[in-house]
Amino acid sequence: MPEKVLMKGNEALAEAAIQAGCRHFFGYPITPQTELAAYMSKRMPKVGGTYLQAESEVAAVNMVLGAAAAGVRAMTSSSSPGISLKTEGISYMAGSDLPALIINVQRGGPGLGGIQPSQADYWQATRATGHGDFQILVFAPSTVQEMVNLVSDAFDLADQYRMPAMILADGMLGQMMEPVALPENSGKTLPEKPWSASGHHGERKHNVVNSLYLTPQALESLIRDRFHRYEVIREKEQRAEEYLTEDADVVLVAYGASSRVARSAVEAARENGIKAGLIRPITLWPYPVDAIERAIPTVKAFLSVEMSMGQMVDDVKLAVNGRRPVYFYGRTGGMIPTPNEVLEEIRKIAGGM
Amino acid sequence: MDHKITVICGHYGCGKTNFAIYLAERWAAQGERVTLADLDLVNPYFRSSDYREELERRGVTVLAPLYAGTTLDIPAIAPELFSLAAREGRIILDVGGDDAGATVLGTLSEPIKAAGYDMIYVINRYRALSGTPEEAAELLREIEAASRLKATAVLNNSHLKSSTTVEAVAASVPYAQETARLLQLPLLDTTIPAFLAGAEGAERFLPVSVTVRAPWEDASELNFVGK
Repeated sequence: MPEKVLMKGNEALAEAAIQAGCRHFFGYPITPQTELAAYMSKRMPKVGGTYLQAESEVAAVNMVLGAAAAGVRAMTSSSSPGISLKTEGISYMAGSDLPALIINVQRGGPGLGGIQPSQADYWQATRATGHGDFQILVFAPSTVQEMVNLVSDAFDLADQYRMPAMILADGMLGQMMEPVALPENSGKTLPEKPWSASGHHGERKHNVVNSLYLTPQALESLIRDRFHRYEVIREKEQRAEEYLTEDADVVLVAYGASSRVARSAVEAARENGIKAGLIRPITLWPYPVDAIERAIPTVKAFLSVEMSMGQMVDDVKLAVNGRRPVYFYGRTGGMIPTPNEVLEEIRKIAGGM
Repeated sequence: MDHKITVICGHYGCGKTNFAIYLAERWAAQGERVTLADLDLVNPYFRSSDYREELERRGVTVLAPLYAGTTLDIPAIAPELFSLAAREGRIILDVGGDDAGATVLGTLSEPIKAAGYDMIYVINRYRALSGTPEEAAELLREIEAASRLKATAVLNNSHLKSSTTVEAVAASVPYAQETARLLQLPLLDTTIPAFLAGAEGAERFLPVSVTVRAPWEDASELNFVGK
């Protein structure tokens, strides 16, 4: 077991990527993810990697596209407004079946918004990280240790399914410090990428990485193939933590920083005689509908807790499909719900049952 | 720490702000006039000015960056900082992390020198990138170059947040001693989080209360609202 070190979420994301074999980082500074790029700028030269501060977010994401097309593990990171700029490149990568890691350390929006933590990019991450028919893998860590673990998994699954992956964090997780055990440099061999544009050496036909298909039949067929892959992912890759849900009357659903608040509120509710539980989605796409399904027979109501005006609550409602009431509580604009506020919501719901 | 000004510097996240708050409250409780100036212009999270209300309740004057917490949260320090020598009582300067955070001290180095200062270099063996004495020593040289000031003492604040144990603190002492030796500075003290103060073996360390933490870390204050 490696010794634990104290790391900020942003630093841990960066170090975990290096440990996962990423040697190409392209970024552009923005609060509250700046430490991630700063850490990369210090570490990448020491491990023979490339750190490049691009002239803009659009340039950075297209450098990632180029590196990914050449078959290497590449990543970029930003915060909400910067991610909006990167969506063009993400759509192009999805349309070219390229694996890459994008990190969003969310802050308040819309527009320039604020610099305090937020979860208001849920819709963007799960519905529209760019134009067109596509999905990306979305992971939602809730501790610094989980950030480390998910970075490696995100790279692996992105490679496996040939699609972009995102870590959807927030300013609080990015800035807070927790002890983490970093993986010993695994030295694992990265998967072969026979499709990559990395030189054919006269031994095979040249590979083309492209997202332009002017024949509608060909484009439809390609998208249908991709959606078959998405079905496999929906089946196999859902992840969620279920906490005290077995006998719960009220099940909270929360991810990331707000799940830490929700967990405190669930524990306080239990101390006050209310059977509360928590489903914490770890993958936001694919959404862990199976965990919701498991709770349905016993639960009386769901409560989605978010740092937004209510976005993930849509996915809870889709999974519940009218069989139980689904409530929402959230703060937005950089505000974090307090455990007390959430406890009050639980009490109201429990009182009305 | 006999001088008017106490500068607290160190790596991002080593515990500078927590120690600065501890020191301010301790001196205020002893009846001294204390001003805590938040010089952290590089990171808008976990700054001492975030704890202003509580500090002021305890008699500490807080000088925040000029527009902290507003839409104009630009890197501008409080104008009062340019007349440090004229201020009454003790002044604690809570500096941002690394050389980037210490750059602002460079601007103030002349008035700080004129008023007389101690500069405490806070270290944490468990922080990434400053976990060896050599890394910690190198980091201080960068901070000193940026701040145009010289550290006068090392404070060992090695901890692992809520996972800190007495053993972990004890294990950090040789690291702190070696860092101080490399820097040819006295080792001021080794701290231990106050929640461990009663534990066996903790008595030889300086207990410091933990003020800086995430919003969900204090569930103990939960009340059952409205029942």
